[in-house]
This record gives sequence, C-alpha cells and structure tokens, in this order.
Amino acid sequence: MQLTIKYFGMIAEATTMPEEQLQIEHCSVSELLEKLKIAHPKLNHMDFKVAVDQQLVQENYTITKEAEIALLPPFAGG
Amino acid sequence: MDFNSRYHRQIILPEIGEEGQKKLNAAKVLVIGAGGLGCPVLQYLSGAGIGTIGIIDFDVVETSNLHRQVLYGKNDVGTNKALAAKKRLSDLNPDIVINVYPEKLTVKNALTLFADHDIIVDGSDNFSTRYLVNDACIITGKPLVYGAIFKYQGQVSVFNYNNGPSYRCLFPEPPSAGTVPSCSEIGVIGVLPGIIGSFQANEVLKMILGIGEVLDGKLMMYDSLSTQFSTFSIQRVASQIESVLATAPRFEKNNYDLFCGVEYIQEISAEEAYQKEDVQYLDVREPHEYPKVDSLSPILIPLGTLENELHQLSKEKELIVFCQSGIRSKKALQILSQYGYTRIAHVKGGAIALNEFQTTKIE
Repeated sequence: MQLTIKYFGMIAEATTMPEEQLQIEHCSVSELLEKLKIAHPKLNHMDFKVAVDQQLVQENYTITKEAEIALLPPFAGG
Repeated sequence: MDFNSRYHRQIILPEIGEEGQKKLNAAKVLVIGAGGLGCPVLQYLSGAGIGTIGIIDFDVVETSNLHRQVLYGKNDVGTNKALAAKKRLSDLNPDIVINVYPEKLTVKNALTLFADHDIIVDGSDNFSTRYLVNDACIITGKPLVYGAIFKYQGQVSVFNYNNGPSYRCLFPEPPSAGTVPSCSEIGVIGVLPGIIGSFQANEVLKMILGIGEVLDGKLMMYDSLSTQFSTFSIQRVASQIESVLATAPRFEKNNYDLFCGVEYIQEISAEEAYQKEDVQYLDVREPHEYPKVDSLSPILIPLGTLENELHQLSKEKELIVFCQSGIRSKKALQILSQYGYTRIAHVKGGAIALNEFQTTKIE
C-alpha cells in the first residue's frame, strides 16, 4: 500500500522535506516509525504525535490501507 | 452605551443582532500573554465589545516586538505589556472593562484568576505556562482557546470545552527541554501570530455567541508558506483529565518548570559531595538502611515524611540530598523544589557511592 507521510514544524526540518511517499505492507504505527527513524535518524530525538487520515492515533494502531500519515510536533511560540 | 454606532456592523449580522451584542458585553475573557498572539486577540476582542477583558503579562515591550505586536509603538518600549496594551485598548474601546495583571502567571494566582473569567486564551510562549494554563482550566472548568506558532506554521484548538479533550490529551508530556526552540531563538514573521491570534479571537466570539462550529476536539495546523490548512481530530483521554483533577488540592505545589525540564535536576558525584563546605546534608533513607554516612553528619528524614519535616531544613544553605543509590533523592529534590528550595543537589549513586569514595580515600 502507498502512504503519504506529512511532516510539520521542526519534524520537516529533521527530515528535510515536507512530505514523502512510502510503499509498505500492512504495519502498525510504531513499525512505520521504526522505518522512518532509520531513514531520518534525527526523528529519534524528537517529540511528536501521529495522525492517520486526520485522526490522532496511538502507536499500536494498524494501518491497513492507503493513508495519509502526519507527524505533529508541539509548538511553544507565541 | 450606544450599541448602534460602535457595534453597528456586527449587530446587523442576523446571527449576532442586539442579543448577541449583549452576550459579548456580559462575557469575561482572560488573555495569557500580550505578545505576538495576545495582541491580535486583544485587539479584536476589545473591538467586538467583550465586556470584561483580563490581561496578564509580566514582560516589557522591546523594540524587537514591534514588527508583530501590533498594539505597541516605540514610546511603549520598556513599559509592561499588560499596561501598554490597556492604554491602547482603552482608546480603541472605552466602553469595556480592562483588568491588568502585570505579573507572571503562577500556580499561586492562576486558579483565582481563571475562576473570575468565562474563557481563557493562551498566548504564552513556553511549555511550562501552557501546561499550567491547561491544568488550571481543567480544575476551574474553563474552556481554553489555544494557539501556538513555529516559524511559518501555527496551531489552533479549543480545549476543555463541552467535555472535549484537553491539551494533555494531545500532548501528555512536554518535549525534552531545549528540543523545541522559541521565536526569540529562531525567528518569526510578524504576520503569522497575527493570523493565528485572529483565529483564536474568532473561536472566542463563536463560543460566546453560540454560532458556527467551535474548534474543539480538533487541532488545526496552518502553514503560511503553502497556505494550507490541515485539521486533525483529537480524542478526549479521560485518564489524563482525571489525573489533573486528582492533583487539584495540591495544585499550588506543582512545579511546571521542573515538569518541563526548564529547571534541571542537579546531580553531583560522591567526591563533589565531600568537597562541599558549609552545606546541609540530608539522608532520605529509612532508619534501618546501611551504610550510614556519619562523616557528613546528615539530617535524617525518610522520603515519606519529608513534606512534614521541612522545618528542619534551611533555605539559606545549600542542601545536598542522598539516599541508598540516587533514586529517592531525585524525588526528594522535586518535593523540595515545590516548597521553594532552590539551592539543592543530589548525590549520584547515593550512600553506596559516598561510602565507596571514603573507603578508597582511606586506603
């Protein structure tokens, strides 16, 4: 299945791209994150939440079909 | 008050009318921070005729604020922001009440201040304040209009509204200290807080007027470079809200700087502990635990009774805490810091390390 991964805020700076496409078999969010952390090691030191198709999910959530994934970091600025 | 001239353009909107204007005039809104986000929020809320507006900010206007903090001019540089904002807003709308609090929002003043208002708007610029604001909103049962920015992007949400999620349901833990930079470190374009703050003001007005759809249970992300909005749904996490409510009776003892890693746990080695002069040593182990470290003549207070025995400890002298291996002593530091002890450190490796160091020294 094809996933679109969208990066926000400092996550996009760590991955040096606002989004990317990934071809992957059914997987949990944590399995997906393991792959992304290998490709983008800076993600290991970052805090963020994950959304699948605009819904915030926990890391044990299983992705079973083509989806849009978003990595959302907290912002502090005001 | 002459509703028909000042508020004419919004009263002729059929969803608002004179009824709506009366609701706005009866509302009390507290704005935390009169900076990049706070300025547009305050400007539009004052303009709309929110009857009572509270402004809390301890900071003063600096020249580097003027490119985005639109309420201020060069003559305000050096003036407290809450006071400078009131001066401008009283001219914009003299018919409303503006209460200023030129001080820092703390665990001591938050609950009373929040209880006096209907809606809380967070325009702060750091995680310690954001968690403090969130928890105080949960405890006092007030809706929280959240906005935050990073470079060219912004986030908006309404928390704690109609039994919806809170900030902690989205981000239960703050990020590690120093991993999320602030606007003063990395810069910000002036118009971004203008946009995000305007969204916050809009949510406030919708809530008071009871029109449209409030942005609760959702996080809106805005990217000003691509002009894209994305909205994500967030679930309420009951356990997060319950744990905040459970600590409500001791809210004033919370240390949000420590929680957010702004204050660090000060850790010293056994050798450094022996080298200190004119300090108090505190052993937080149970009386039956060995080895004793008599050479340091420590005050003996087991961790479980520490809170009741603080009168034994002076705040004037540095306090070096140890336990058996260095776990309980860290907890003791958290308790001490909640009670205003600032010169505190704990010994890595605890009594075991202290004993080992002394034994090797003798050999």
